[in-house]
Amino acid sequence: MTTITATYDDPESAQRAFEMLRTAGVSSTNIVVLSSEPLEQYAFGRDESHTWMPWLAALGGVVGGTLGFTLTATAQTLWPLQTGSMPIITLGTNAIIVYELTMLGAIVTTLLVFLASAGLPKRRTSLYDPAVAEGKILIGVKNPGAAVSKEIVQRLREMRGRVNVVDV
Amino acid sequence: MTSSAATRLTNDLLAPVFRTSGRFYLIVLALGAVVLAGLSAWMYQLYHGIGVAGIRRPVFWGFYITNFVFWIGISHAGTLISAILRLANATWRRPVTRCAEAITVFALMIGAMFPVVHLGRPWLAFWLFPYPNERGLWPNFRSPLLWDFFAINTYLIGSTLFLALPLIPDLALVRDRSRGWRKRIYGALALGWRGTPRQWHRLETAMHIMAIAIIPVAVSVHTIVSFDFSMTMVPMWHSTIFGPYFVAGAIFSGIAALIVAMAILRRVLHLENYLRPLHFDNLGKLLLMMSLLWTYFVFAERLTIWYGNEPSEMAVFWATQRGAYAPLFWTMVACNVLIPFPLLAIKRLRTIAGTVVASTTIIVGMWLERFLIIIPSLANKYLPYSWGTYRPTWVEITITAATFSAMALLYVLFAKVVPIISIWELKAGEPSAVPSAVGEPVQPFARVAS
Repeated sequence: MTTITATYDDPESAQRAFEMLRTAGVSSTNIVVLSSEPLEQYAFGRDESHTWMPWLAALGGVVGGTLGFTLTATAQTLWPLQTGSMPIITLGTNAIIVYELTMLGAIVTTLLVFLASAGLPKRRTSLYDPAVAEGKILIGVKNPGAAVSKEIVQRLREMRGRVNVVDV
Repeated sequence: MTSSAATRLTNDLLAPVFRTSGRFYLIVLALGAVVLAGLSAWMYQLYHGIGVAGIRRPVFWGFYITNFVFWIGISHAGTLISAILRLANATWRRPVTRCAEAITVFALMIGAMFPVVHLGRPWLAFWLFPYPNERGLWPNFRSPLLWDFFAINTYLIGSTLFLALPLIPDLALVRDRSRGWRKRIYGALALGWRGTPRQWHRLETAMHIMAIAIIPVAVSVHTIVSFDFSMTMVPMWHSTIFGPYFVAGAIFSGIAALIVAMAILRRVLHLENYLRPLHFDNLGKLLLMMSLLWTYFVFAERLTIWYGNEPSEMAVFWATQRGAYAPLFWTMVACNVLIPFPLLAIKRLRTIAGTVVASTTIIVGMWLERFLIIIPSLANKYLPYSWGTYRPTWVEITITAATFSAMALLYVLFAKVVPIISIWELKAGEPSAVPSAVGEPVQPFARVAS
């Protein structure tokens, strides 16, 4: 797959290039943006802002808490200790373990959802340019089509980008 | 941030990762020697039995449990402070967070080791783990020691992830500047991070959720550690104030440890441009507030005991106020309040040197506080015929010294293999131009990308 990339020194130039591509009709799913810092205040950083992560984390918490309750209550029922007519299942003390496992469930689920939704871990076969590590911002167009490639390259150059055409 | 500024910042902060001086090896060697001495002392204890430690009837908890409570307290420096500052969006936090989070993880690892050392027969530690077994018993979920197991492990896992997630983009930076085996290792650790807007957004969301989750966990951990004492009918332990008292003490000692660690990093790794006097000044103010809060808790605890005048509690009370433990008690007061107060309250004295001196005395004072909570109460229980004393042996002292070295060693090695200041967070904190609608009207391409 052919990809045209352009690297920019600052986010403002990158935003101009991004907006130029969008306005010219390139679908945002075909535009790749890479940076070494979060740039959510810019247009290219806003498209990805929807996530179910908080809800899934809460669900993970519920699952963790349920597991905690099941662990403690089942153990106390199957291996009852002599409690002198006090309850066998001690909700007050079990609540501590239920609480800890609720939080652990939420934390671990957050990690899993983060990895899954960010596409990690991944062997680096996708488009990348080490110049990103030097603070450059990469704007790329995936699979631009032969008819418009030259025009895209020219316009990205006009916007002071260092342009490359790569096969990924 | 422009790419030239970003490159300069990255160069500065990655320099310790790529350049190794002879001094680094010397420090590692010295710290490693003390850690080895501690390990040897522990091996000696394993071979000869727990009798080589000073713990004996009636004082069954000595240096080991003091260290356990102390290190769990120190662990409150990082994740808790980092999470609070992150949620409050305090911009000055950016160079501080990773230094703090690393303290949490290492202090927890060291603290969690002590119950095992204290067991005497650590090969039976698995008896604590909850799983069905041939002994026909499950651990007793009503025991505070088991609550510790769950709380500390939850906090350790949470804190490790809280440290590890924001490391990913910086590990990718190291990967991109490395070659050979180093590139392969950092490549694997960076998990294929590229820095797409989606990855950045998910990372920030995950950190936000974790910050919300980790704060109550941190508070619960030290509350549960305090339950080890307050759930017991021992004079001056059975107190409702112990939960918040322990949490306040933990944050207090944690901030002090963070300041000392930052000062050493600043000096050794030449991070003067990043760990600035402002950071020490802000943390110094927090430390002052915690010092006052700690004083309030000690006063409230002591006043209610004195007013109650219950004989068994008064025996412990007077042992610490004017008895055998009085020198340690008043040293603790001096270290935690009298010396730090002027250094932190007077703006002119709240310099880097001032905050470091105050923090050092506070670390000493807080270790003494943990000691004074545990030993006098056990040594002066209800019936005077059962009173006793405690004298630590060389084994306990060596192991204690080794843990401080282990903490420093882990920190030195960590600062060597990863950037100790979060590069991407620092870049994100730099003011940038407000994006605006820019550009001339654009003509569509002849045929858009498919």
